This record gives sequence, C-alpha cells and structure tokens, in this order.
Amino acid sequence: MIPTKTAYTRPESIEEALATLADGARPIAGGMSLIPMMKLRLASPASLVDLSGLAELTGIAMDGSDLVIGAMTRHREVAGSALVRAQAGALADAAAGIGSPAVRNRGTIGGSLAQSDPHGDLPAVLLALGGSVEVRGASGSRTIAAADLAVGFLTTTLAADEMIVAVRLPGGAGRSAYAKFHRRAIDWSIVGAAAVIRGTTTTVALTGMAAVAVRATGFEVIVNAGGSLEEAARHAGDGTRPAEGLDGSAEYKRHLAGVLARRATEAALAR
Amino acid sequence: MATIEHRPASGGIGESVLRKEDAKLIVGQGRFVDDLVLPGMLHAAFARSPFGHARITGVDRSAALALPGVAAVLTADELGIAGGVPCASNPTGDTRQPRQPLLAEGIVRYCGEPVVMVIATNRYTARDAADAIVIDYEPLPAVVDGRKALAPDAPLVHGQYPDNLCCTLRHETDGFEEAFAAAPHVVRSANFNQRITPVSMETRGVVADWVRASGEVTLYTSTQVPHFVRTFVAVINETSESKVRVVTPDVGGGFGAKLNTYREEYLACAASKIVGAPVKWIEDRSESHNATIHGRDQHQQYEAAVEADGKIRALRFRAVQNNGAYLQLLTPSISHLTVFMVPGPYAIENISIEVRQAFTNTTPTDAYRGAGRPEATHGLERLVDEIADELGLDPADVRRRNFIEEFPYTTSVGLSYDSGDYGTALDRALELACYDTFEERRAEARGRGRYRGIGLSSYVEVCGLAPSAVTKAIGISAPGWESSTVRMHPFGKVTVITGSSPHGQGHATSWSQIVATELGVPFDDVEVIHGDTAFAPYGLGTYGSRSLAVAGAALYRSVQKVKEKGRAIAAHELECSVDDLEWADGRWSVKGSPERGATIQGLATSAWVAANLPPGLEPGMEATTFHDPPNFTFPFGTHVCEVEIDPETGRVEVVGYVAVDDCGNVINPMIVEGQVHGGVIQSIAQAIFEETVYAEDGQLRTPTLVEYQVPSAADLPRITSDRTVTPSPVNPLGTKGIGEAGTIAACPAVVNAAVDALSVLGIRHLEMPMQPHRVWEAIRNANPTGAAR
Ligand SMILES: Cc1cc2nc3c(=O)[nH]c(=O)nc-3n(C[C@H](O)[C@H](O)[C@H](O)COP(=O)(O)OP(=O)(O)OC[C@H]3O[C@@H](n4cnc5c(N)ncnc54)[C@H](O)[C@@H]3O)c2cc1C
Repeated sequence: MIPTKTAYTRPESIEEALATLADGARPIAGGMSLIPMMKLRLASPASLVDLSGLAELTGIAMDGSDLVIGAMTRHREVAGSALVRAQAGALADAAAGIGSPAVRNRGTIGGSLAQSDPHGDLPAVLLALGGSVEVRGASGSRTIAAADLAVGFLTTTLAADEMIVAVRLPGGAGRSAYAKFHRRAIDWSIVGAAAVIRGTTTTVALTGMAAVAVRATGFEVIVNAGGSLEEAARHAGDGTRPAEGLDGSAEYKRHLAGVLARRATEAALAR
Repeated sequence: MATIEHRPASGGIGESVLRKEDAKLIVGQGRFVDDLVLPGMLHAAFARSPFGHARITGVDRSAALALPGVAAVLTADELGIAGGVPCASNPTGDTRQPRQPLLAEGIVRYCGEPVVMVIATNRYTARDAADAIVIDYEPLPAVVDGRKALAPDAPLVHGQYPDNLCCTLRHETDGFEEAFAAAPHVVRSANFNQRITPVSMETRGVVADWVRASGEVTLYTSTQVPHFVRTFVAVINETSESKVRVVTPDVGGGFGAKLNTYREEYLACAASKIVGAPVKWIEDRSESHNATIHGRDQHQQYEAAVEADGKIRALRFRAVQNNGAYLQLLTPSISHLTVFMVPGPYAIENISIEVRQAFTNTTPTDAYRGAGRPEATHGLERLVDEIADELGLDPADVRRRNFIEEFPYTTSVGLSYDSGDYGTALDRALELACYDTFEERRAEARGRGRYRGIGLSSYVEVCGLAPSAVTKAIGISAPGWESSTVRMHPFGKVTVITGSSPHGQGHATSWSQIVATELGVPFDDVEVIHGDTAFAPYGLGTYGSRSLAVAGAALYRSVQKVKEKGRAIAAHELECSVDDLEWADGRWSVKGSPERGATIQGLATSAWVAANLPPGLEPGMEATTFHDPPNFTFPFGTHVCEVEIDPETGRVEVVGYVAVDDCGNVINPMIVEGQVHGGVIQSIAQAIFEETVYAEDGQLRTPTLVEYQVPSAADLPRITSDRTVTPSPVNPLGTKGIGEAGTIAACPAVVNAAVDALSVLGIRHLEMPMQPHRVWEAIRNANPTGAAR
C-alpha cells in the first residue's frame, strides 16, 4: 500500500500534456483505479501527468446529432446530466451505479474506458451504444470505435503517448438501459448488461463475461427474430467463458448474463 | 449486593449523554499512533513470506542495504532474541505451544509471516528496501483446512510434533450415553463458522523509543491491552518492567484483534535499541489482512436427543477449531469459550463435548468480537431451528420449552448463570417483529417474486472476564481483575484513571456518568484518562464485554471510598458523628437539619488544605481499587430477522431486524444501542458477506478489501433495538456487558430467516456467508429444472 516514487505534473494545455506523455508520463484522471494499483505496486509509473487541469476535456454537449462527453467528465456529472439521460439512458444508469459517491465524484468516463477493467461498466455501454473515443497523441488525432478499443484484461489499443480526449455516442440511439449485479453497493459488476433498442433491433453488450465487454449475440438473435425475452435470456451467455472466482462459477455468471440482459431490455422497453 | 440509586441527575446513570470523547475525533483532533512524530524517528517495513509453507534457503540483503536512507536490514540472526510471541492460554495443561519467533527462523508457516525487517529514514524507502531483498524459498506442502490438518497424512506445520493437534477440549456429564439413548428423536446439524478478518478503521501501529543511555523504553502502540504489552515487552526484550512504559493513544477499533501482543511490538523495541533511534511501523491496509489475527474458523457437528415436544434431553457437540500456524495471546481459549456456551440459554442437562484444535498454514486465529461465543450460539440456534423443522413445531415454542427459568443456574458445563429472564426478552422481540402476522408478509413478497423468511436467535453469553481464580483454573495465565483510581483535585474536580484501556467504547462518558451519580458532581467536572502505564494502575484491558462490569465496579468502589473519606471530614468539620450524616445530591448533611452540611467538592478542598482534618486522617482525596469479580456476568436476549431472497440472483437482503438485549442495568442507553447496532451489522456481515479464503497452497485469496467483502451502510438494514433489564447480582452496578451481544446473536437469526424463506423449495441448510452465487446454487440444486423465479 506504499507506492514507488513518481514525478507529477499538472499541465494546463493539451499540447503540454501530449509533450509530457511523449516523454513517458502516464496520464492520471480520477485516480480511482490508478492510485490503488500504484499502492499495490501493480503499477509503478516513473511520472504522472494529471489531466484535471485541461478544461477542454470536460463537458457534455451535442455535436450535430452526436452526444460528446469530455474524457475528464466525472461519473457524477454523467449520471446527473439530463442530456445523457435523454440520449443514452444506459450510460446514465451505469454512471449512477459506479462504486460509491466518493468514487463517482472523482472517477472519469475517459479513465474508465482507458482502464478497460473487465468488471467496469462503461465499456459494455459504449459497445452497445455503438460509440467511439476520440484520441490525441504526438502524431495526431484519431477515432477508435468501441469494439476496437479494448483488447484484453486492462489493455487497450491506445498508444502510450496517446490520450482519450472525448467519448462520442451516435445520435438516434433510441431507448437504452443498463442493469448490473454486484454483491456490495460499492462494488464493480460481477456481470452487467447494456441493452439498446433502435427501431426493431435490440443490441445487448455484457460486462464481466470475458476480459473485455462482449455482445450477447445468443440473446440478440432470438429477440431480434421475435423470440421471448425468457427464451433469449437462456442464451445470453452462449459462447462465453467468464472467469470462475470468489464471486461465482462460470455457470452462475452465464445465468446472471441472461437475467440482466432481460432486465436491461425490459427497462429499455419501458423508457 | 448493594443497589444503585437511579436519581435523575444531569449526566448521571441512565441518561443518553452524548459521548464526551467524540468531539475531538470528529474534528480530527484525535491522536493516533500514526500521528506521533519523535525526533530522529526512523520507519520500519517488513519482507513477508509469499508462501503458506516454505523453507528459507537464502536471504540476500545487499540491494536493500545499498539504498540510500536504509539504516538496518534485520533478520532473526541479527536480533538474537530467544523468546517468542507469548501465548497466555493452556486450557488442557498439555496444550502444545510452539514458539512464535519474532522473525522467521528457517521456515515460514503462513503467508505474511515476517522474515526481514528494514529500518529506513522514511516509509517509502523502507518499503522499497523490503521489496529489494531477495529471499530464496523452497516451497513445502501446506495445509489450510483444520479438518484436513488433523488427517493422518497431513503436512506437518511444526515438525517437532507428530501431528497438527494443538489440544483437545473434552467435557462429558455422567450418564450421557444413557440419557442420549433414552430420547425418541435425534436431530443432527453441521455448520462451518467461517474464518473472518477483523477490519478496524485504524490498522495496528507502533512507535518504539529505546533510550540507550538510560535503558528506558517507551512503546506507543494501538492496543486493547497496554499493561499486558508492557509486561511481555519486559520479558521478551529482556529488560525491567519498570523501565518499560507503554502508551496507548486514541485507538481506532480493535474488535479483539488488538487483544494481543504482536511480533512488531517486540521488533520495534529491539530495532530501536539496535539503531539508537525511535522506530515507527504502521501496518498498511493490505498487510493487515494477514499480519493481524483472524477470527472464528470452526467446523461443528451437533447431535441432539429430543422429546416429541422439542425438549432437548442430551446434546453431543464435536468441533474442529483452526488455530492457524501459531498461538497468539489467547488462541486456545477461544474455542474453550465455545465449550462454555454450548448449552446456551437452554436447560440441557446431559452434554458431551469434544473440540480438537489444529495447527494449519494460515494466520493465527484469536479473539474476534464475540470470541468463541458466536460459534456456540450459531450452531445451537441453527440446531434448534432444525429440531423445530423436523418435529413440525414453532421455533419460538421450542426455545421457550427449553429455556432455563430459575437463577442462579449451574449449567452442564459448570458455569453459574447469574440472573436471567429469557422468556420475556423472547416475547418482546416477537412482539416488535410482528411475528404473528409474518405469513401475510411472506405471501405479499411471493407476489413480487421474492422469497421472504423470518428467523430467531436466542442467546446467552459469558462476559465480565473474570474471577482470577477461574481464569487460572481454565488455563489462562493472566488474572481477571480490574482497577480504577478516583482523584479529586483541590477545587473538587475529578480525574478518573482506569486501567481498562478503551478503543471506541465510550469509557470516558460512562465512567463520568457513574461518578456524576455516585458522587453527585456535575458530569463535566469529571475527566477520565487511561492508556498510559506510566500513570494508570495495572489493568487487564478492554475485551470480552468486561470493562463496565469489572472496571466499572472498581470505579464504583473507589467512589465509595472517596465518599466515605468525605464523610469523616464532614463529621469533623460539623462536629458530629459520622452516623449522624446522610448523603444526598453530592452532599453530606446532618440528619434532620439539611442546611448543616458540606458538598463532596468542598470536602475535597478541605482534604487538600489539610489544616483541619480528623486526627490520623491522611490529606488528599483519592482512592484506588483493584476489583476481582466473584463471577462472570451473563447477558442474554433474542433477535429476530426477516430477509427477502431474489431467486434469480441469489441475493439475500435483510429487510427487518429486531434486537432485544438484556445487559442488566444500563449506564448510557445510547452507547448500549450503538454497541448493539455495531455488533449486529458485523454479524450480518459474517452471515452474508465476509469470508477469509485460503487456496490449498496457503495463498490468501482475500488479501484486500476488494476480495474481502466488508459491507457498507448501503448494504445494511435499519435495526430496531429494545431492552429488558435484569440486573446482575455479581457487581454493585448490576451491569452485565453489551459489547459483543450483536455479533453473538445475529448470524443465526439471519441464516435461520434465509433457510425459512427457502424451505418451500426443500432447502434445510445454507452455509455462511450466504453470498448470492451460493444461495443461487442451493436454489438450483433444490430445483434443477429452474422453475424457481
Ligand atoms: C471502490 C471503487 C469502486 C468502483 N466501482 C466501480 C464500478 O462499479 N463500476 C465501474 O465501472 N468502475 C468502478 N470503479 C472504477 C472507477 O470507475 C474508476 O474511476 C475508473 O476505473 C477509472 O477512472 P479514473 O478517472 O479514476 O482513472 P484513473 O484511475 O486516473 O486512470 C485509470 C487508467 O486510465 C488511464 N487514463 C486515465 N485517463 C486517461 C485518458 N484520458 N486517456 C488515456 N488514458 C487515461 C490511466 O493512465 C490509468 O491507466 C470503482 C473504483 C473504486 C475505487
């Protein structure tokens, strides 16, 4: 619980931040994941660049028909935003259910997506909503689609000198909801499900069923072919091999995937 | 027995006075060990074993020694200390007490056992250096389960013994087998009271200051037992008791874990002597998960011989207690406390008990809030519900039919229960819980897709540890008395010095209330100090819900001594006989002419001025009492819990909780209620959330608060608490103790409620903690087609 020595800077411009990143610094946003990892010495960055001084990285606004959220926007602001609630109910649900009030006051949307924790709620939400992240690095800007961001346990396709500046959610996402299951109120999800209904198509993505968020294809196929939610729920976890642990067996988690996919879909339908 | 007068006085006995110790804690003006900074102070960190069982084949300290700021890197060789962490418990006379060296010597026996100690200029460097030490280990086969440890082919935790047995506790009443055979029904029940980890807000911590020039040692430590620590530091660190001063500043929780002396306390003293500077060590949060004792870990089997009406004629109890790798201060006595409470509140005349204690490659277990008594209550209260279930009886009726009704009552294990009225507490709990109308709530919940259940738990516990002759008889090599000094100052203000060192219980408030009532001085004129062996009389410490019953009684007696001295001075000043005086409202006055009198505070001034004292009377107004109680006290009560279970996820939610406790006379109802709430939630935590888990190879699988599931307020119910009052005849205050009642009562109430909820599915048993995946699996196994929803 004692971190190693680390340097620290808090730049006020993106250019400065990018230069520091290019020098090998690691970004720190809310610190809600990075600081615990440093205390456990699972991460020992030689230097940190604090993104909290970058005003451009915060805020929630419409850009045309897209909803754009700055990377440093805190979970609490996302959860409380009427715009998010109206445009992307699943994201509002998920942000409201993250950790405790203290964690929501500090933790950010960009940090959560960069962290790529298999039990974090936001990657599945981004995947179901078909969102993307806007990234800047020493060599310029690019956009990474949700499905291309996370590649493994705590691993993304972000380069070390890149940072997420914003999250973009396409307009017309329709009705959506997120359902999570955890043991204690402050916990990460054991399993979670984000459901999005666009017209007659239902999309569901799952948290906690693999190293990264995955689509519940078994569930989607049945629902989109007009099958019942109960029948679809039995197939939500098809093809997944979630980790067995103190929080339950793979079988239990596949079962939960069905329950939560159904509950999220029901909640989306009710919106 | 003297009785106390319940006069309404501001801040007196029986009032919910706000706790005087809280203001400074709330505004951050408390002083904890980690707040202390001494000149030239260095910091310690440890390299601890990553293996459950291994041979140390090499230690390379060079990289650590090369780091700037490192003052010393110590192994067992450099320390050269022959002693080990003491165990003060030998309940069988032949209990195996393997030495627990301060740093591992050749072999590590549990994950987290300290191997090397680093001293450096700051905590960060100390940690870096500890991580830089290269220790070569040759892993050995490990055993973590108490039952497996007692199997013939188990790996040996301590090679000097032929097996892993620490000791066997046995007790059987005459004619047991005949009595058992005579009853028509036999009901069996088995439980695992899982291992849990004490998690206090403040972890352990020490600052040791060994002044080489004088040989004086001051040890600041976060403990429940400063005087014990002093005695043992003198022994282990080989110095004079009178050279050692132990100071316990504010302590942020203990729960029994700090009713111990630990390696780090002796090591910090030894290191301070070696480096010639004060040494601080603050246990970090994750370190605490394996460096501080664990609690419980008892496998139990019950067999009851019962009549058709549920009356228990004979009870057989077999258990295996997992003691861990070494014995801490009272390890073998914890399951001995289970033994004492096996019959609980019931008149069970025939009893047969055998508890085998095992060594395993795990952190030592010892007292954790309730200490042995929750285990006894849990197993028994589950058994009573199983009896009711098998015989088709109401669980409340089975309890009532078996309750002890006449007091004092000598149980089949030989304890003498002081006083009680179990039926009244049960009735009150059922009434508050609306037991009669429960079936309506069950049906309503079913309509919402939930299974709802109700569960009871009746308990009696043993507190007020203890008569010193008894502690000796049960193999504890420490007495059970307690001390208090009452000192009146020249203007009549009062300082109370208590030997019992609190860690959150509110002694300062309760003790002030006792003085306010008994001495008739304002509550705010009383200060209570404790926790420094330099000024406090020897005290045995705060644990086992004993402080009020034992130290409170010592205080009561000191107050009476002061009062009597005041009476002698008053009689002298008023020129009358002491028999002509009467006491009221803090004043001695002449019977029949109340205007002729003197206040105790004024008399304290007279005692200080000392110019007009009765011949032969010493100046000063002060008294100290060492009180050795004649018996234990036996608080009791009944708790009722209601749960709802979501069959789709397996989540068990406590939706209603009623606690009716009887802790005898109450000094401060709010403090009592706080103790009940805290205990109940700690026990609900054991029932539903918390479990310390080891892998077969000895790795701790719950090493941080992510895996080890301490619930928060958001996960816990509203608690309704109420009391009955049956004074204890054992002490002049008539108090019994309330610190552990909640942890003793709640687990079985919660599990009984969950089993009741799922009984329609044919479920008869649920193992703790009732985490969602376990409950879901139980439902699925009972109902494989998945129809339950
Ligand atoms: C008690 C507790 C409970 C929690 N419960 C939940 C939960 O229920 N659900 C959930 O989803 N999460 C939960 N979390 C995690 C929380 O959401 C964190 O806030 C989140 O994982 C990381 O966000 P952060 O802003 O704190 O990032 P940080 O911890 O600061 O950083 C995390 C990682 O992202 C990198 N990073 C940060 N910002 C950027 C950026 N803009 N560009 C590139 N890389 C970046 C950092 O270098 C680091 O590697 C919990 C955390 C705690 C402590």
